[in-house]
Amino acid sequence: MSKERIKISPELYDIMPSDYQDLVSSATYGKEDRGWKDIGTSKELIEQHSLCAGCPESMAFRYILASLPNPEDTVMVGSTGCTSLVFPMVAVHNIHSLFGNQNAIASGLKRALSVRFPDRIKDVVVLAGDGATVDIGLDMTLQAWFRQEKFTTICFDNELYANTGGQESGLMQKGFVAKMAPVGKLFDKVRLPEIARESGCHYVVNCTVSKPSLVEKVVRNAVLIAREIGPTYLQLYTPCILEIGKNSMEGLQEMRDSEKPTERFAFKEYISEPAKQLLAERDAKAKEKKAAAKQLVS
Amino acid sequence: MEPTSVIGTKNKKGQVFTDPRIMMREAPRTPSFYTGSEVIKEAIRRASIDVMIAYPITPQSEAAALIGELFAEGYIGDYFRGESEFAVMSQCAGAAFGGARVFTTTAGPGTMRAMENFPMWAGARLPIQCIVTCRGINSPLSIQPDTIEISYLMQTGMLVWHAETAQDFYDWILVGYMVSEEPEVHLPLALCCDGFFVTHTKDVVDLTPTDMCLPPYDPYRSPVPCMDMECPPVRMMRDPFIMKSNYISYATHASWQQEVWAAAERSRKHTIAWLNGLIETEDVEADVLIVTSGTAVSQGREAIRLLADEGIRVGLVKIKTLRPWPEEEIKEATKHATHIIVPEFNVIGWMAKEIKATIPRSERVIAGPRVCGGMTMPPEIIVEEIKRALGVRSGTLAGRG
Repeated sequence: MSKERIKISPELYDIMPSDYQDLVSSATYGKEDRGWKDIGTSKELIEQHSLCAGCPESMAFRYILASLPNPEDTVMVGSTGCTSLVFPMVAVHNIHSLFGNQNAIASGLKRALSVRFPDRIKDVVVLAGDGATVDIGLDMTLQAWFRQEKFTTICFDNELYANTGGQESGLMQKGFVAKMAPVGKLFDKVRLPEIARESGCHYVVNCTVSKPSLVEKVVRNAVLIAREIGPTYLQLYTPCILEIGKNSMEGLQEMRDSEKPTERFAFKEYISEPAKQLLAERDAKAKEKKAAAKQLVS
Repeated sequence: MEPTSVIGTKNKKGQVFTDPRIMMREAPRTPSFYTGSEVIKEAIRRASIDVMIAYPITPQSEAAALIGELFAEGYIGDYFRGESEFAVMSQCAGAAFGGARVFTTTAGPGTMRAMENFPMWAGARLPIQCIVTCRGINSPLSIQPDTIEISYLMQTGMLVWHAETAQDFYDWILVGYMVSEEPEVHLPLALCCDGFFVTHTKDVVDLTPTDMCLPPYDPYRSPVPCMDMECPPVRMMRDPFIMKSNYISYATHASWQQEVWAAAERSRKHTIAWLNGLIETEDVEADVLIVTSGTAVSQGREAIRLLADEGIRVGLVKIKTLRPWPEEEIKEATKHATHIIVPEFNVIGWMAKEIKATIPRSERVIAGPRVCGGMTMPPEIIVEEIKRALGVRSGTLAGRG
């Protein structure tokens, strides 16, 4: 879809919602170097959200939407949970259907878009919580990776079922006392990033969303590699401040504390050999372009 | 794009996109001797399918695999084996959300495993076609014919049709897409048949020409936006209704559910045109009528023949669509009958319950005979049921002492 497609007829301009007018006049669809720095200066692809005040997931959502390399041709797939409260306010097509089936939906969607638009880029990005990704939907998460489906899976890992009120999840830390884990969780946090690598993902990152520039980088890498090579996986810590007993202002610090080198969200990145080559080619091209631009200026 | 704009052009296999009315009603037919599974393949060859997703479960595995051959030959856009029926039905949903014409098949326990998806398909207005080759769902494990799963499908909001023969199957697969893709309908179709009896037996079926196929699906005629980022993405709502416990939220959900069922109602006129009525009748002036669907109709025909030899006159109502339910048609067809016999291939007798809830003087309904778990239904047990109802003495059937 080009930006032309969303232009408003002058006859109808005044009756369109102001959100939509803003979207047409100042959203970053089609801007090649769009990124987190556009936040606050351009119309964002996310409106208000109904998440809790200070929720790190809301920050993550904004960074991701600002970083999608091709939002005008990106369809997102969500699942039930806190993310499903935000998606209705996102200005890219997105699908919510059931709980846990997001990677199955994305598999069918990506294939349909490839059949219908063989000569165009249509990116598919899954964004779901850890219950959807690792517990109820694990089968479909893994099977999509085994099949080398060409889309990105992003997991908002808040280490529990937030939307239903803080129950134990597979990504919860061992020993954490929660609803449905009345004596503390009895087994380790599931090591999905490692499983993702072994399951055929070409790009896997485990990190927090404390640094927008980092989120931008890994989202762009993940979408590009998924488009050209095969499945990619991002596991992003978005703590549920409500359920771990923090205040609205403490989400950022919680993420910083959890990304220290010995902590469970220390930055980890795996890149397959073909993906490394792809990124190197992309970086070389960008360098060339920059040099050419520099030469043009001088 | 109007779907008619491609009429007369060729697809990559050289098939001509043909006006479905001409293809189905006027084009020459070739009698062919095929199994039900092969008939499914031949219908799909002509259905311009974008995506088919398969999973093995008896008795639909053969059909699902044969469609893989069509993919290898280039007749289908994409095809793969999913990991379970739940996943497959979600993958079908994803493909349909993305604007594809989608086909899949399942049976028995697979239908049950997939069940969460079916009301979602209907609610999301995805015109997916799912062939259901019915089999037992109970424990102990059974792979044999049994139609109990249809009773669950009937409450999902999907269109539900029940084929009697392989010929029904062939024609209904093709016209099924024409009905379910109508903008005012736009609902999934569960096209059911009785497993093995239809899938694994050979029959003569009149096929349309191989070089004609249906016009492709046009997702932009959908009453809901196609999720392909080819139309403006607008914020759907400020606060998702799931978050709200207020009247507007409830009313929104309620009206949408009503709209899904209203869409199924709106399919009537299209279905009547394509299937030549929601029911088919023979001699409804008779005092005794057999009213049922699927292969129980075929067994009913045999029973009618046997009874005619003895001078007992019995009429027949074949119900073709279960959703929408042909309420008025059944009322009209049964108005003279004193005895309404409902033979069924399931233990609960869902068809008899539906008919009882439809017609006046429901005591006329005799809910049986019923067989289940893979048992066949010899016409003689229908004969016996009818004779008992009429107070006519009959010989005792073996095993029914």
